[in-house]
Amino acid sequence: MAQTTVANKTVKFIITRQDTPDSKPYTEEFEIPYRANMNVISGLMEIQRNPKKVDGASTAPVCWDSNCLEEVCGACSMVINGKPRQACSALVDKLEQPIRLEPMRTFPVVRDLVINRERMFGALKRVKAWIPIDGTYDLGPGPRMAETKRQWAYELSKCMTCGVCLESCPNVNDRNSFIGPAAISQVRLFNAHPTGEMNQEERLDALMSDGGIEGCGNSQNCVRSCPKGIPLTTSIAAINKDTTKHLFKKWLGV
Amino acid sequence: MKGNSYFSRKLHSLLGIIPLGGFIVVHGLTNYQAFERGPEGFEQGVHLINSLPLIPLLEIFGIYLPLLFHGIYGLYVAYQSNSNTGRFQYGRNWAFTAQRVTGVMTFVFVFWHVYQTRMQIYLGNITHEELGSTMNHIASNPVYFVLYVIGVLAAVFHFSNGLWAFLISWGITIGPKAQRISSYICMGVFVILSALFILSLIAFSGDEFKEAASAALAFTNIG
Ligand code: HEM
Ligand code: SF4
Ligand code: FES
Repeated sequence: MAQTTVANKTVKFIITRQDTPDSKPYTEEFEIPYRANMNVISGLMEIQRNPKKVDGASTAPVCWDSNCLEEVCGACSMVINGKPRQACSALVDKLEQPIRLEPMRTFPVVRDLVINRERMFGALKRVKAWIPIDGTYDLGPGPRMAETKRQWAYELSKCMTCGVCLESCPNVNDRNSFIGPAAISQVRLFNAHPTGEMNQEERLDALMSDGGIEGCGNSQNCVRSCPKGIPLTTSIAAINKDTTKHLFKKWLGV
Repeated sequence: MKGNSYFSRKLHSLLGIIPLGGFIVVHGLTNYQAFERGPEGFEQGVHLINSLPLIPLLEIFGIYLPLLFHGIYGLYVAYQSNSNTGRFQYGRNWAFTAQRVTGVMTFVFVFWHVYQTRMQIYLGNITHEELGSTMNHIASNPVYFVLYVIGVLAAVFHFSNGLWAFLISWGITIGPKAQRISSYICMGVFVILSALFILSLIAFSGDEFKEAASAALAFTNIG
């Protein structure tokens, strides 16, 4: 193996750990050899290879979730130095040390840094974030989408359900049933699609029931935290407009 | 409506502007008469409002019930929120927390203020015409004066920032540019309304309001 370790240079981590979903969290400190271009995941891999704390005592390897390693799957989201973000794109050279890693506590913690983002997938199911085209015969091509519309809709389609926007939102918590920014933006995406639009009322109805769009309190942390730069607050306001119109239409029986 | 927080929340938001927002603006303008035109101006304002038809109904359905719904549901909304300004120090996130804190402050202040003024009229301790001197009693006490300034600033911030949020909640300001422009307008509303209320408090603390009761009696006798 090529020698990439820089003599004496190390990286310090302080990691919040938790053994089971219900047990008490605690922190452990690690100091690992520095290598050029490390990211937080490669640091965690190093700890996995040699699970020793800073005082030399061995411990169980730290658990985390990751998949794509290129910031498109959203699996590796965690709180790094206080901010929720993806561990795979968090470069050690750009982080202040010691690097503090914590799980995103808005979600149930499975173990260490591993969280369960099921509520986000549940939300996508609730708002029917898909385009129903299944049938018993070929329905033929659907209507075309205007290029200008496609361009902004594409931005919304970049969402990777990573959960950072929910973690940053002060209204996503145990006392509040707010569905969270991501699913609302997906409603805007699927309602913008010329075929998806045919079922737009179903999606709006879902957001107008308990635990829908009403929980948004406009802190606007989401739009400032989304790693994909999705215009979440514009999506929320646009869907506020659509749900308002839908509400009056229903009342007036149009 | 039962069990659907979407409707309750929409009603809460609407009541914040109509009628409560409208009320706070009219209230600010009436009080400002105290600064601009002295005790007589203020008395005329009070008189004008009390000459509206169906005053008890207007008060119940235009102020008390909306205030109780918005206030009590607002306390629940505030309870449902976390504050994470430590982690996310953006201006809008501070405003989010401030909206909740000022809501609770407004709740306390409004009940105290209504007790000191309108309630005393219901209890028969004072008359409408004596409101000016009642306010003079309050505003010339330094502790009350400071508490009133704090209460007024909290309520006005809550209304101005709430107006900004209302425009989003109903899908009127959608893009970041529209929301930025509306935030400037709402800041303007905050400055102007605050000035109206604080100037009237200063006016109420002045000596001419000590004699307000007699002046007002004179006014009603002439008019
Ligand atoms: C009496 C005590 C009050 C409490 C506890 C209270 C509480 C709240 C809370 C927690 C919110 C945030 C809702 C959200 O972000 O979704 C809010 C919004 C608002 N409040 Fe109040 N409030 C009170 C009085 C008032 C008064 C007197 C006014 C009018 C002058 C007012 C006008 C508004 C407006 C316009 C909004 C924005 C609605 C929206 O977000 O769409 N509030 N209130
Ligand atoms: S909207 Fe952005 S922050 Fe929220 S889940 Fe999607 S990618 Fe993550
Ligand atoms: S591993 Fe896929 S986003 Fe980090």
